[in-house]
Amino acid sequence: MFTTLHLAIIAPFFIAIVVPILYKYFPRTHTGWFVLFVPILLFLYFLRFIPETSNGNTYHAVFDWIPSLGIQFTAYVDGLGLLFALLITGIGSLVVLYSIYYLSKEQEALNRFYVFLLMFMGAMLGVVLSDNLLVLYVFWEVTSISSFLLISYWYERDKSRYGAMKSLLITVVGGFAMLVGFILLYQMTGTFSIQTMIQSVDDFTEHALFLPTMLCILLGAFTKSAQFPFHIWLPDAMEAPTPVSAYLHSATMVKAGIYLVARLSPIFAISGEWLWLVAGFGITTLFWGSFNAVRQTDLKGILAFSTVSQLGMILSMLGVGALALHFDGIDNNVYIGATAAALFHLMNHATFKGSLFMMVGIVDHETGTRDIRRLGGLMTIMPITFTIAVIGSFSMAGLPPFNGFLSKEMFFTAMVDVASFQQFNMDTFGVLFPVVAWVASVFTFIYSMMLVFKTFGGKLQLGQLEKKPHEAPFGMLLSPIILISLVIVFGFFPNILAYTVIEPAMASILPSLLRNGEHFLVDIYFWHGWTVELFMTMGVVLIGTVLYLTLRKWKSIYSLFPKHLSFNHLYDTTITRGESLSAKVTGMYMTGSVKHYLIYILTFFSIFLLYVLFSTDAFALNTDHLAPISMYEWLLAIVLALSAIAIMFAKNRLATLIILGVSGYSVALFFVTLRAPDLALTQLVIETVSVVMFLLGFYHLPEIAENFKKARFQVKNFIISFLVGFTVTVIGISASSTRLFESIADFFPKASYDEAGGNNMVNVILVDFRGFDTLFEILVLTIASIGIFVVIKLRLNEKEER
Amino acid sequence: MMKLNDIVIQTTTKFVLFIILAFSIFIFFNGHHHPGGGFIGGLMTSAAITLLLLAFDFETVKRILPIDFKILTASGMLIATLTGMGGLVFGGPFLSHTFGYVHLPFFGEVELATALLFDLGVYFVVVGSALTIIEMIGGDQ
Repeated sequence: MFTTLHLAIIAPFFIAIVVPILYKYFPRTHTGWFVLFVPILLFLYFLRFIPETSNGNTYHAVFDWIPSLGIQFTAYVDGLGLLFALLITGIGSLVVLYSIYYLSKEQEALNRFYVFLLMFMGAMLGVVLSDNLLVLYVFWEVTSISSFLLISYWYERDKSRYGAMKSLLITVVGGFAMLVGFILLYQMTGTFSIQTMIQSVDDFTEHALFLPTMLCILLGAFTKSAQFPFHIWLPDAMEAPTPVSAYLHSATMVKAGIYLVARLSPIFAISGEWLWLVAGFGITTLFWGSFNAVRQTDLKGILAFSTVSQLGMILSMLGVGALALHFDGIDNNVYIGATAAALFHLMNHATFKGSLFMMVGIVDHETGTRDIRRLGGLMTIMPITFTIAVIGSFSMAGLPPFNGFLSKEMFFTAMVDVASFQQFNMDTFGVLFPVVAWVASVFTFIYSMMLVFKTFGGKLQLGQLEKKPHEAPFGMLLSPIILISLVIVFGFFPNILAYTVIEPAMASILPSLLRNGEHFLVDIYFWHGWTVELFMTMGVVLIGTVLYLTLRKWKSIYSLFPKHLSFNHLYDTTITRGESLSAKVTGMYMTGSVKHYLIYILTFFSIFLLYVLFSTDAFALNTDHLAPISMYEWLLAIVLALSAIAIMFAKNRLATLIILGVSGYSVALFFVTLRAPDLALTQLVIETVSVVMFLLGFYHLPEIAENFKKARFQVKNFIISFLVGFTVTVIGISASSTRLFESIADFFPKASYDEAGGNNMVNVILVDFRGFDTLFEILVLTIASIGIFVVIKLRLNEKEER
Repeated sequence: MMKLNDIVIQTTTKFVLFIILAFSIFIFFNGHHHPGGGFIGGLMTSAAITLLLLAFDFETVKRILPIDFKILTASGMLIATLTGMGGLVFGGPFLSHTFGYVHLPFFGEVELATALLFDLGVYFVVVGSALTIIEMIGGDQ
């Protein structure tokens, strides 16, 4: 049944259809205003689900799409789906509002922008609210495509096209791997429904396909969520308009991979490989992203690497949260804290990263550059933007009293707890987790400080800027202000999130831990006492400050990494080498020479046939039924063979033609000795007519006739022609030596007179028994003659035109 | 170019042509019971006209035989197809033939078969196609 929920999911697609019409007929109003009501209404609609999900209920509606293949568009709302749906619609509303002020009505093709954006929004809602894996995949790919379209929004720029192509290639490769994973899951479980799979999860954890499935799906999740080493597309995707970067590449689309990991945790998380892959890749990405963010000079570049790093952090927490499954129940189970932290940071990241992107957009809009080497001293000129930047960056760095501090503390707790786990080699290598996490946090602190103080601190360099900077209009500031106030609200009152969205979402990620009627209790508070985590944070601030102040001195370590060892370089060379290699391979065999193609065809033909003949043991030589060979036949065979050999040594075309005639006439004589008068007659006349035709042709092709050269001897050609002859001979002998069935020849002599009234059996077969063949053979003749007519006449006409 | 005196070949052609044509028609009608039929008959007719082309030039042949060979081909196809349709009209499958013995005033007892009509189509197509091809290739200046 098609419910309101289904309508809510695909409503953005319907509105997207109307957008160009609105754009055309209301040119005075910014199209964004029409679009704005969609995410707001959807946000309000999804808010209404909160009481339901926080009581542990889920909402489930099935719409049959392709029922015969088990594909239903099942809308499924639970804690996790709702959390993401609220994020998508909430941030979506703010981004649309921001884009109204950011994108100029006069200069930009707004109809395209909002169509793509709405497409993306609908697809993203579909991803997070579908229970059916294939439907999820369809929406997943629509997010890839709409992201591609949005990155290349300014398609006249080279870099936009490059970034769009790169992101599409990487995410689609991952998406495709994910599809394979989904199909393997279907093979194991017989259903596409995630919830049904989760209920029968114990049946297939030992299945042989379990690990390959997991790897395929994780590849999809990692590429989409820009995990190491697939993170390279995200910095290049920064060529998109800033609202797009804020929406897709920080708050929503890149979290699709995280959603997938969280959603499929109940299926895979019990295995040790999952833990190591998810947590390991997450923590590597966290470090690599934060480490590289420091070397960026472009504000959006910093934010891109920062997003990469924060996504890694969320993912590592989700991975560690899987450890909770190895304990029974939720009492004294410290590892469930990691899942809570992941979800909490997910929300926090969406708020502060969204506002930071909008802040960068404002700076870019008002000064004309995003390069931190040219910016500085904007603090007094743009005080509101500066406030936003400070709060967002400090939250990102994990400083109190903002929400980033809380999630960073919870993150450290989770990482410290990992080291004490006893299974899966965690007791030996697990200690790496808190160490790497701490180092990465130091770098996070450094780039967060860079973001604020390189942009707003220091001296104002008016000469470097394209415009005279001033504070942005209020409308543009509105969205980041809303987001930044959320940063503060969530910082002071984190538990309003805990009860409403985090606990139900945890119930979706770790369903097996809950007994009937139980629900998770998440209580986030500021003061833990003097714990290890607090000292770690203090260390981060201390070392981070020192390193930030001495940045100039140690920045040269980045140049220690050779450029040709980077992943971007690897990607670029893979693309260019791949292209040139395939061009080379194609050029190697597609030479354009018919002779070469003939060689391939004939070689394949003979080798394949010979292989089949001898591998199936079909070769046979049986001389019992052979007729005696008369003297005439010997003679004719010798003449035929001689003419065939002589044709190779002919010195000019006329000689070739005459020798060809000799073999044609001797074939006709063969028909005579083999008692086939009709064939003999036809062969004689055809041979004559075709020789005449050749003569006529030659007469009119003088220049080719003059260039005639005797065929050169080539060993390769000789071998191939010998091979073909050998193959055909061997097959001929085998075929005539093997009589599997009685011939139907006995039927015709009597039937041709009794039933068709003719004595000439051959003719009766041609026109009566098998008249259908004849009908189409004369059609072949007709087409041939018309073809020749057209070829010659058309050429003449062209000449006349010239 | 020197004007060649090819009176011998032209005169011979005038005689031989009719012999070949008569033979080709004989072979065509003979097909149902003896070696021959539409295909060979058609080819032989084409050979006769090709001889004419060799002895005379294209314009002369065009004047003697004012036939568009493409139309000949097309009508041959039409005859063959319509003969096939004839079977449908009488409720049989496509291309089902029938035959019967008829007493004609001049020829006496004669066997007439619808297969002959089909063969006529074949004959026309073969003559038309062969001559279209020769005319095109040979006549292309």
